[in-house]
Amino acid sequence: MKMLNILLSAFRALQRNKMRSFLTMLGIIIGVGAVIAMLAIGQGAEYSVKEQIAALGTNVLMVYPGAQQQAGVRTAAGSSVTLTEDDALAIARECPAVQYISPGAFAGGQIIAGNLNWSTAIQGVGADYLEIRQWPIEYGDFFTDQDVKAAAKVCILGGTVADNLFPESSPVDQTIRIRSVPFKVVGVLTKKGQNANGQDQDDVILAPYKTVIRRLSHWSNLRFILISATSLKDITTAQTQISELLRMRHKIQPYEPDDFTIRNQTDLAATATATTQILTILLASIASVSLLVGGIGIMNIMLVSVTERTREIGIRMSIGARARDILTQFLIEALVLSLVGGITGIILGVVGSSVISSLAKWPTIITAFSIILSFGFSIAIGIFFGFYPARKAAMLNPIDALRYE
Amino acid sequence: MIHDPGLSATNPDSPLIQIDHLTKVYELGEVEVHALRGVSVRVSKGEFVAIMGASGSGKSTFMNILGCLDKPTKGTYILEGIDVGKLSRDELAAIRNKKIGFVFQGFNLLSRTSAIENVELPMFYSTVSNKLRKSKAIEALEKVGLGDRLHHYPNQLSGGQQQRVAIARSLVNDPSIILADEPTGNLDSRTSVEVMGIFQELNNHGITIILVTHEPDVAQFAKRHVVFRDGKIRSDKVNTNPKIASEVIKDLPMIDDEEDEAA
Ligand SMILES: Nc1ncnc2c1ncn2[C@@H]1O[C@H](COP(=O)(O)OP(=O)(O)OP(=O)(O)O)[C@@H](O)[C@H]1O
Ligand SMILES: [Mg+2]
Repeated sequence: MKMLNILLSAFRALQRNKMRSFLTMLGIIIGVGAVIAMLAIGQGAEYSVKEQIAALGTNVLMVYPGAQQQAGVRTAAGSSVTLTEDDALAIARECPAVQYISPGAFAGGQIIAGNLNWSTAIQGVGADYLEIRQWPIEYGDFFTDQDVKAAAKVCILGGTVADNLFPESSPVDQTIRIRSVPFKVVGVLTKKGQNANGQDQDDVILAPYKTVIRRLSHWSNLRFILISATSLKDITTAQTQISELLRMRHKIQPYEPDDFTIRNQTDLAATATATTQILTILLASIASVSLLVGGIGIMNIMLVSVTERTREIGIRMSIGARARDILTQFLIEALVLSLVGGITGIILGVVGSSVISSLAKWPTIITAFSIILSFGFSIAIGIFFGFYPARKAAMLNPIDALRYE
Repeated sequence: MIHDPGLSATNPDSPLIQIDHLTKVYELGEVEVHALRGVSVRVSKGEFVAIMGASGSGKSTFMNILGCLDKPTKGTYILEGIDVGKLSRDELAAIRNKKIGFVFQGFNLLSRTSAIENVELPMFYSTVSNKLRKSKAIEALEKVGLGDRLHHYPNQLSGGQQQRVAIARSLVNDPSIILADEPTGNLDSRTSVEVMGIFQELNNHGITIILVTHEPDVAQFAKRHVVFRDGKIRSDKVNTNPKIASEVIKDLPMIDDEEDEAA
């Protein structure tokens, strides 16, 4: 029997029981749709994590005071552990693999502008901070090295802070009060949106670190130093140079551990990506269970169909159908069920993902891989779950099939 | 597509069908039913055989073995020089497809499938091009007088018409034998004669016909009468003066129709 004819008669056989065929397919549709949507969500998360890490700049190093984090707890943190401004200046001076450096400090508090107020984190940074973060200014200017050295009371607002404190006017050249210290706004940053943890990256105020340390912080030392290496491949060199310099400056004996931690973005990226990959796999495996259930539905219906159509099988055999013709016929029917279901499921998954994207503001990505995967999976399900009923039909004896009541 | 199991190795001298000591035992748990107890028979090309006998005498069992739908318990069946007992499942399927046309008492048409598609079906399982398939199916349906019912479904046809579709299906692959198990069992006497007319017409064109019937009237159209009893052949006679269906039908009044209309 020619393939086209088999296909046509498979479609007709399925058409005869429209509702039943549809319900059987629904299992596959939901299964494939779920797999596609879950993969899209997982891969969307993976992508946005990577994106954010890339936005940080991959040749970026962070130096924190305190020893290596162990299970999330900074173990050797104490008053003796310090990262000073002089350390930062020494790194800038003495490490050739270092390009930009920005000492960092934190403060938090109430910010007042006119009759509006807002609460947010104030980051004290150096003049090169935006170079390292590769974060452009929306309007206005960034503060200069002079401003930093002079501990000038100037600041830059993140997009969210600007929107909330100056909903109508331009914030540039206006004065805000941070914990009653007046600061002049010199610029506004471009918006970056949320990071992987859902935090608003634009809810921030940047000020010269010296100003933050002197006016706003109780901690006179640096909270971090942000460094960029001259290039991506110099990152390890830079890391070694910084480590050696700091050990020397902090007079750490060879047998003693570091009293500081250097982290690079690649490590961070690897951990974050691994986490989101696990998320993707988890979501997809849960969804594939429903695909499996859909496959069992196909097998069930095909078994019913073989029993119902035993006489038809007998008639076909009595006029010359071979076992393999019957096998192909039922296998193709199962395949048509799973393939039509699979394709509909793919469409449903794609549409569903974009709905999730726009409603939940969650990034979703549909890759060719996930489409090919679910397409292949539905073919495999059709063959796997269709084979047993089809074989059962093909193995019937002509006379037994004809006599079947 | 079809692997030809030496189907062309026909010896013109040997009979079309050569059956020796055929037995068939059905095992129903403890009980054994001896449906055939040693049947030997020869049928030559061009014969028209009517098989008769009481109910349960083994006629259908015999026909199913002849039609390669069932296997005998013992004995040999040689069809056109081929020992059917030695063939594989696929080779038997090819025989059913090419050499044998089977007509059943219950028609056995595919439901929700039009007359023409039912007739096309055997050609799906052989190598016939799509175009030729259609024209051959139409030709076969015209032969049985159903040229105007091509696209009717079985449930839109009378019993006689359904049986004619089944006959068209059985002859569409140009078989050498047509086997019919009580083909007129579900039909009224006039329609029975019409169907027998078709068989006689086919027989005149050289197709061998073997049919089972309970009705002596129907058997009168055959050239040879074989009577079964208790799984054996009791008598095997030549019908020296078979009736001609096309002539009988002229003398048959359309009483049934008139009575129906009068009522
Ligand atoms: N599948 C079967 N299993 C068991 N016994 C069977 C089977 N088919 C037929 N028989 C038995 O074999 C014997 C012959 O049956 P068969 O159908 O050949 O009779 P028949 O001559 O065709 O009768 P009828 O004229 O009523 O159709 C019967 O006794 C029947 O009960
Ligand atoms: Mg019978």
